[in-house]
This record gives sequence, structure tokens and C-alpha cells, in this order.
Amino acid sequence: MTTTQAAPRPGTTAAQTEPAVRMRGLLKRYGGRAVVDGLDLEVARGEVFALLGPNGAGKTTTIEILEGVRKRDGGEVRVLGVDPAVGGRAWRARLGVVSQGEGAAQELSVREILDHFAGYHATPRPTAELIAAVGLEEKAGTRVSRLSGGQRRRLAVALGVQGRPELVFLDEPTTGMDPVARRQFWELIRGLRADGATVLLTTHYLDEAAELADRVGVVAEGRLVDVAPPGELGAELRRAATVRWTEDGAVREVRTESPAAVLRDLLAGPGDVPGLTVTRPTLEDVYLSLVAAASTARTAAEGDPR
Amino acid sequence: MTAVLPVTPAPRPAPPSAARIAVRRVGLELRLFFRERQQVVFSFAYPVIMLVIFAAVLGGDERPGDVPFTHYFLAGIAATGIMLTSFQAIGTSIATERENGQLERLQLLGTPPVAYFAGKAGQVLVTTAAQLALLLPLARYAYDVPMPADLQHWLTFGWVAVLGALAGTVLGVAVSALRGSAASVTTGISAVAIVLQFFSGVFFGFTELPSWMQQTAALLPLKWLTQGMRSAFLPEQAAAFEVAGSWEHGRTALVLAAWVIIGAVICARTFRWRRAT
Repeated sequence: MTTTQAAPRPGTTAAQTEPAVRMRGLLKRYGGRAVVDGLDLEVARGEVFALLGPNGAGKTTTIEILEGVRKRDGGEVRVLGVDPAVGGRAWRARLGVVSQGEGAAQELSVREILDHFAGYHATPRPTAELIAAVGLEEKAGTRVSRLSGGQRRRLAVALGVQGRPELVFLDEPTTGMDPVARRQFWELIRGLRADGATVLLTTHYLDEAAELADRVGVVAEGRLVDVAPPGELGAELRRAATVRWTEDGAVREVRTESPAAVLRDLLAGPGDVPGLTVTRPTLEDVYLSLVAAASTARTAAEGDPR
Repeated sequence: MTAVLPVTPAPRPAPPSAARIAVRRVGLELRLFFRERQQVVFSFAYPVIMLVIFAAVLGGDERPGDVPFTHYFLAGIAATGIMLTSFQAIGTSIATERENGQLERLQLLGTPPVAYFAGKAGQVLVTTAAQLALLLPLARYAYDVPMPADLQHWLTFGWVAVLGALAGTVLGVAVSALRGSAASVTTGISAVAIVLQFFSGVFFGFTELPSWMQQTAALLPLKWLTQGMRSAFLPEQAAAFEVAGSWEHGRTALVLAAWVIIGAVICARTFRWRRAT
């Protein structure tokens, strides 16, 4: 008997072929209020995924549930094929986490901290390499208490990738970084992706999401309101263009899905059209509309208390 | 920067054992201890300064059973020192580490809790030994306080010190779980430590204390640690001036061991890597 089915690559198991992160109907309540309210999300292996959302949208809670440090109240979750609620050390060793604090003793230097925590990993990245990758060479001998906010974030990033993780969680990694450090961080993330790691990050910076992410998910009111590549987010919202021009000293504005037709009419006239512009919504415009819509929907669903 | 950070291909080797991490933790804890001036001053200088001050003021006094004050006081201040390097140092450091996210980092790394506690225990062992190595020679050579008379008395000193430090360590871990900021936990621990010293016969002869104070202290470990230390340092006939007329070694071991167990149970039930939300 012959088989035409391709044999799986040696060493490949079902757990390795399933998505890096998969959740269905994730639920988390604090004091009766649902902070995460039925979140569905899938992150493919090797993907860089950005979670966007206003403060309090449930991003950090979601990440913490995925990291296995917070219990969920409902839903199904698999991270690297394992339920985070019962993930052991071997599972944890495959994750890297950059949380909002660096969580290191203030009296130790950058190098001392990295050298110490190297001992918690089976195959840590060399300290010097990490320090260079996050651009802390000048501060290697400086104690954490003397680092600036942005330098602390870089140390947190170094600690997060020290164990050569397959999946990296980054919770607002670039908050407080200067523009140079942010670009350096972007390079680091691209490097991780090039090496096959999966990255799930939260951020408030839309340019960062556009720059780094293969896909962006917008979370508002504990739900995923849209998920798409950064250039395609809010496809319907994006179709609307705004045509502006000046006529009789006043600014005129037309919102339309077919700006070409409007332009044709305008240009058919005899004279010049001063101040003529056609604009499409930016990622930020789309994001703000999505978040506002989710907030309105929730208020409507809960009924007006007044 | 892109090519220099390769991801290890599966399968990855098992993470280092709890024992190996524990060894690293001990080294780290000691390094941190000696870098925190406040800790060093409190744990090391306090007993020494107290000995110097009280010897200067009350050096001529005698305690129950014609025991010179400095002889009686050394036992008490050695016990206090053990409480400081165990109970106080551990309680305050864990509360602080929890508050500033260091424990969260350990949790995210999958650190076995036993490795973390072993690091703390190693710190207590070394700092307690160092502190006693400072205090005892000072008492011996500057104040002529006799050391334990023979091997048997040194053994008594040994087991009392170890059991006391162990009880202090687990109780330190236990109180670190109290709600509130690290600063308020630290203040609370200091207050308890100071009051306990007065109740437990460190500064005053224990039998001179009001009976309600004695009875309260008898439920707590420091009184027994102090009494055990007296049994190691003072001559046999001084036992007649204890509350029970003897050193009560059996009861001392029992009470201290009971506190070790109580503390361990509380730790197991209340220890959290993160602050309660």
C-alpha cells in the first residue's frame, strides 16, 4: 500500500503547526464588569501582531492571561499549543515577556542583571550581544536606579528576548523611548521575525503598528472590533475620501466614496480650483472611528442609565 | 542586528534545575544585601550599637541571679540580631521586590518558588553568621563577656540560632504577604520587632516584666530564642532565675519548631508573586 500524503517534517508535531496563539470567547471579569468580553484572536507562527486599543480596553489583561499569570473566567486559550493556565516551566521557557516594568533590582548594573538572569535559561543569548542589540553599550555598567525611563524599557526588552523565545509578548514596549531608541527597537523586532519568532505586542503608537505588524487588531470595550493588515484596517471607513477646496473665500468639503467624479465636476468648471485636496483617512482616523463606534455600541447595549 | 539573534530550533533543552537557580539566587541576594546600606546598618550595626550603648549606661547593673548586665544582654541582643537578619530583612525585602515587579519577573521566567526561598535562606544564613561573628568577639574582648563554656553549650547556641533564624525566615516570608504598600509592611515589621524586644527580655530581665507581658511573649518565638541564648552563654546556676527555674530546652525547641511549621503553612497558602488586584 502506498500513500500519497506528504510525511510531516521530522520533529514536527501537531503542537508546532497550530497557531502560536489561539483564543475563543476569552472572558475576564473584575468585580462583575467584563474587562475582556468574548475576545477571539488567532496569531500565526512567525507573525508580528499588534494589539491596539485605548487604556482600559483589556489589552494588558489579555496578554497576562496568555502569559499564564492571570486566570480567565471563560473561553478557550492555547499558547504554543498549551493552555496557559496549566503551562509548566518547559512551556514558559519558550515564551519571552516584556511587561510594563523591568522588574530588576535597582542596585544592580545592566550587565549584572543580564548575567544573572542568563542562568534561568537553557541557552541564553550572550549578554554582550543583548546589550548591543538594545543599544545599552554605554550603560552596561550603570545601575538600574540611574537609568532613564527609556533605557529601562530597553533593558526590559533585552530581558524579554534573552531566552531565545519562540513567542514574544511585548506590552507597550516603546513607551518612554526616544525616537532613536524606538527605531532601534523596531530593528530588533524585525530581527526576531526574520529568525522565525512570533511577536504579539500592544502599543499606543499607530506608526509603530503600521511599521512592524503584519496584522493589527483593534480592541475596545474588551472585544476585538477589527483585525486586518495595517493598510487594510477599517476597509469601509477608508473608502470614504474627503475632497476640499476653496470657493468664494470659504472652504468647501465633500465626503465621497468616488472622489474622481467630484473632481471631474470641479475641474470641468472654467477657472482654477484653489486649495484643492483629496484626503483618505489615516490609520489614526480609522482607529479613532473604530474605538468610538465600539464605545457607542456598548453604551447603547447597556441602555442609557439616565 | 538582524542575523545575530537566532532562535534555537526545537526541541530546546530543559531549563536549568531549581538547585542551580537557587545557587545563583544566594549569590544575588548577598550582593544586593550588601549594596543596600539601610539593610546593612539595620542588621549589622544595630546589635553592636545597642551593646555599646546599653553597656555604657547599665554596665554596672546586675540581672536576676547576680548575672552582670552585659552577660545577660549579649544573649538578648544576639537573639535580636538573628530576628533582624531573618524576620525583618526577609519580610521587608520580599514586600519591596513584590511591589517593584521583581517577583513578577521571576514568575514570568518560571522560577521555581523553592529556588527563590533557598536564595533568601542562604542570605539569612550568611548574614546571620557574619553578624554574630562581629557581635560575639566585641562582647568577648571589649566587655569581657564569657562565651559558651564548652562544646555542649556551643551546640546549644548552634541549634537555638538555626531554629530561630529558620522561624524568623518563614515568618518573614509570611508577613510579606500582608496587604498594603512595601513601605507600610516595612514599618509594621519594624514596630513588631521593637515591641517584641521589650516583651521578650532583651533589654530587661524577663522575670522583672509584668506577668501579662511574660505570658504574651511566651507565645512568640523571640522570648524562646532569647532564653535559649542565655542557656548557651550564662552559667548553669543562672537557670534557677528563669521563669520555670530551668532552661526549658525541650519547650524552646518545641515552640520554635511550631513557629517554623505555622510560618511555612502561612507561606504556602499566602505567597504570591504579584500584589493582589
